[in-house]
Amino acid sequence: MLDYTTPSTVEEAVRILAEAPGTAKVLSGGTDLLVQLRSGRAKPGLIVDIKKIPGISGIRERDGGFVIGASTPGAVIGECEALQRAWPGVVEAANLIGSTQVQGRASLAGNLCNASPAADGVPALIAARATCVVAGPRGRREVPVESIATGPGRTSLSPGEFIVEFHLPKLPPRSADAYLRFIPRTEMDIAVVGAAVSLALDAGGVCADARVVLGAVAPTAILVPEAAAALVGRKLDETALAGLDQAARRACKPIDDKRGTIEYRTKVAGVLARRTATIAYERAGERR
Amino acid sequence: MRKHHISTIINGEPTEFLCEPQLTLLDVLRDELHLTGSKEGCSSGDCGACSVTVDGRLVCSCLMLAVEAEGHKIETIEGMARGHDLHPLQRKFLEHAALQCGFCTPGLLVAAKALLDRNPNPTETEARYWLAGNLCRCTGYDKVIRAVLDAAAELRAE
Repeated sequence: MLDYTTPSTVEEAVRILAEAPGTAKVLSGGTDLLVQLRSGRAKPGLIVDIKKIPGISGIRERDGGFVIGASTPGAVIGECEALQRAWPGVVEAANLIGSTQVQGRASLAGNLCNASPAADGVPALIAARATCVVAGPRGRREVPVESIATGPGRTSLSPGEFIVEFHLPKLPPRSADAYLRFIPRTEMDIAVVGAAVSLALDAGGVCADARVVLGAVAPTAILVPEAAAALVGRKLDETALAGLDQAARRACKPIDDKRGTIEYRTKVAGVLARRTATIAYERAGERR
Repeated sequence: MRKHHISTIINGEPTEFLCEPQLTLLDVLRDELHLTGSKEGCSSGDCGACSVTVDGRLVCSCLMLAVEAEGHKIETIEGMARGHDLHPLQRKFLEHAALQCGFCTPGLLVAAKALLDRNPNPTETEARYWLAGNLCRCTGYDKVIRAVLDAAAELRAE
């Protein structure tokens, strides 16, 4: 027996979820959940469609940063020019999730909570120091995006909790981000490796701050401080890129599957980290 | 099982239906409303044969619950021609022989219309990326793309 409900407030959604522990599923864009319902992998007794909650979908600017509602579809994220200008890496990552049709529905919160190691939306959010607001029976908490996924299909969310919105911070001067994924074709595939880089430069073009995140090479997206450290204090010269490449490869703990072997994924992670850092560096340089 | 009463506007017509919560919009379009133009290909959002628009936004109707349609405007392939007058996209698909078995064609037409409604002058690359979620195993896509770009030119009255 499946039932369906559309709470109109966050508090109502939390109460419904808490009263149906283990059997309720949050529905946002549904592009993962409906596939799981069809295959029998998910067998909820209740679907809690959060899209009728005011503000759960949409983007607004706040304190120089952005608030992205949990259910905002990828297509809406791609159409937000202010967000595209500030965080092009976050936007290009969100827009890589699935086809045009999937973009019409799929949300960043769904991408995060589905907890695929290859989720395209996640590395760029982590690189951007994005946080998410989690609502639950004990109120709201704001946590870094990297604290949500704990393994393939698993999250740190407690029963009754769900993501309400993402916060992207104010962009420091001379900073930019980028995301690249590698797939064997040009569209409609799952990342073999994903790489997100966010950089801030000083007035002389030296990296003052960096965040490097890899996707699809470990059970979750991984923040690689050693790779970022290779960039900080340097312009993006070959020494910096070689250090980034090596640190990225060292951080990989990938699986072997039909999309790529361990050896291949590891090699590609280094190459992709270099290319992504180069794009982020160029973008940041244009913002002097 | 509790049935939900859903009110929508489908192809401009106020339409109401009763449905169980696990049914997809595609299930209801085809089996309840007998709008069988939208096809069920993969049921996982990969093939695009079930493409419809919801409030102007292109989606896979297999990836949306029918109960989610409450209060929304749905456009399907059945709403594309005006009586016996085919939409320019439909005519160009015939002229360019952009179909063989035809199973993917309704989805491709709905998706192509959503593209041209938004971008009347797409490049070939833009059209190919936009339609990447519509799989066709017959044509190899070339004729589809030519038909879409030709229809776009006609709609721009070039």
